[in-house]
Amino acid sequence: MKIGVLALQGDFAEHIVTLKRLGVETAEVRLPRQLDDLDGLILPGGESTTIAKLAIAFGLMEPLRIFAREKAIWGTCAGAILLSKDAKRDQPLLGLMDITVERNAFGRQVDSFEVDLDIPELKAATATQAPYHAVFIRAPLIESVSGSARSLSQLADGRIVAALQGKLLATSFHPELTPDDRFHEYFLSLAR
Amino acid sequence: METTTGSFAVKKGLAQMLKGGVIMDVVTPEHAKIAEDAGACAVMALERVPADIRADGGVARMSDPGMIEAIMKSVTIPVMAKCRIGHFVEAQILEAIGVDYIDESEVLTPADDAHHVNKHDFKVPFVCGARNLGEALRRISEGAAMIRTKGEAGTGDVVEAVKHARAVLGEIRRLSNMAEEELFTYAKEIGAPVALVKEVRELGRLPVVNFAAGGVATPADAALMMQLGVDGVFVGSGIFKSGDPAKRAAAIVKAVTHFQDAAILAEVSRNLGEPMVGRNVSTMPEIEKIAGRGW
Repeated sequence: MKIGVLALQGDFAEHIVTLKRLGVETAEVRLPRQLDDLDGLILPGGESTTIAKLAIAFGLMEPLRIFAREKAIWGTCAGAILLSKDAKRDQPLLGLMDITVERNAFGRQVDSFEVDLDIPELKAATATQAPYHAVFIRAPLIESVSGSARSLSQLADGRIVAALQGKLLATSFHPELTPDDRFHEYFLSLAR
Repeated sequence: METTTGSFAVKKGLAQMLKGGVIMDVVTPEHAKIAEDAGACAVMALERVPADIRADGGVARMSDPGMIEAIMKSVTIPVMAKCRIGHFVEAQILEAIGVDYIDESEVLTPADDAHHVNKHDFKVPFVCGARNLGEALRRISEGAAMIRTKGEAGTGDVVEAVKHARAVLGEIRRLSNMAEEELFTYAKEIGAPVALVKEVRELGRLPVVNFAAGGVATPADAALMMQLGVDGVFVGSGIFKSGDPAKRAAAIVKAVTHFQDAAILAEVSRNLGEPMVGRNVSTMPEIEKIAGRGW
């Protein structure tokens, strides 16, 4: 199995380190032809406006939409924003998931936080029991899910921070920043 | 579910989100919009770019909080601002208005000639300049969550940034080959805590994100720094002191993404108009150099 990581800007190297730890072949994707032989793709954390501008400049938007018809894509933070249909402001999006996101929903950097999440589906998929420790950096919130998209995880107050729609996965937080590989394992099960 | 804010993981984490990106100096909300539209991953809000600070002389201080807030309102990307070396009250003020990162910067006139800010005391993360591995590790031990080269700001001459990046990255390569018993004396020699020296040896890199800064003026300069091994690039005077800031800014963003693709670098380097007027560091009087500030 070969998983690509969109390497236009952001923490793509951190995703690649985790994927390699799981024994997966990886590729950095900066141009459309680099999507050709992949089984799945990760859109990393970073700045969603920067990543989208570069994706447009190098002709990646349509190839990414075509890729999503058959293959798995996972967006973390900025990547989740790009996957969404609506970010409640005028910025280019892939529009692949029926989710509405609110950018910087928790405030500025001083409000960035860590918290343990209970994610039943993750525990079931990986046959583990421990809560999932999640890191939120100037994070977006998944304000609502519709259509065939559904929530995978909520904060204690019920606000949605992870969603799934077919083989498309969106997380507000950054599994690539922690040593817990379960979310990457879960994504690999979607890509398989 | 207990939430934790201001941990080192979230401080360092924001810098990880900036990797592969360009952070641009801006002095007005209009500049900030141009930078954001060009694809900047963050902006540095300040009253004067380093080239003007150099030209004006006098004491350079933290910018007016009102001016920084106006820039924070104008863009959605992270906003950084500078405090003077050791001026922890300027840092407190910047934290209070909610900037996303503080640059404890040699570009401003130092407020303390012996000590830097104790950055562990803050929830807001700090970036600091360094000319070599020892200086980088001293800043990290004080709590810096991101490191950049000092370069020689406001000159448009990349030579000092290259020197500092080669120093840090070269020392890490040498450290990787040292025997365990050599680390103690080495730590003493470079004036760094031995625990951090050991961590760097294990990781084969700094434990935090490491950007280039100080003298980057062209897409080729930016790609040069990336090929040397930094994680991203600050551009100060190089954009808004050039003939066509929007075009140059977008070109530098593309050059940092495609830093290994010479065909794309050639494409984005075409017809950018006048670069900033440079100042040659090798013929500059010692007294005018600012990279030596910091301890």
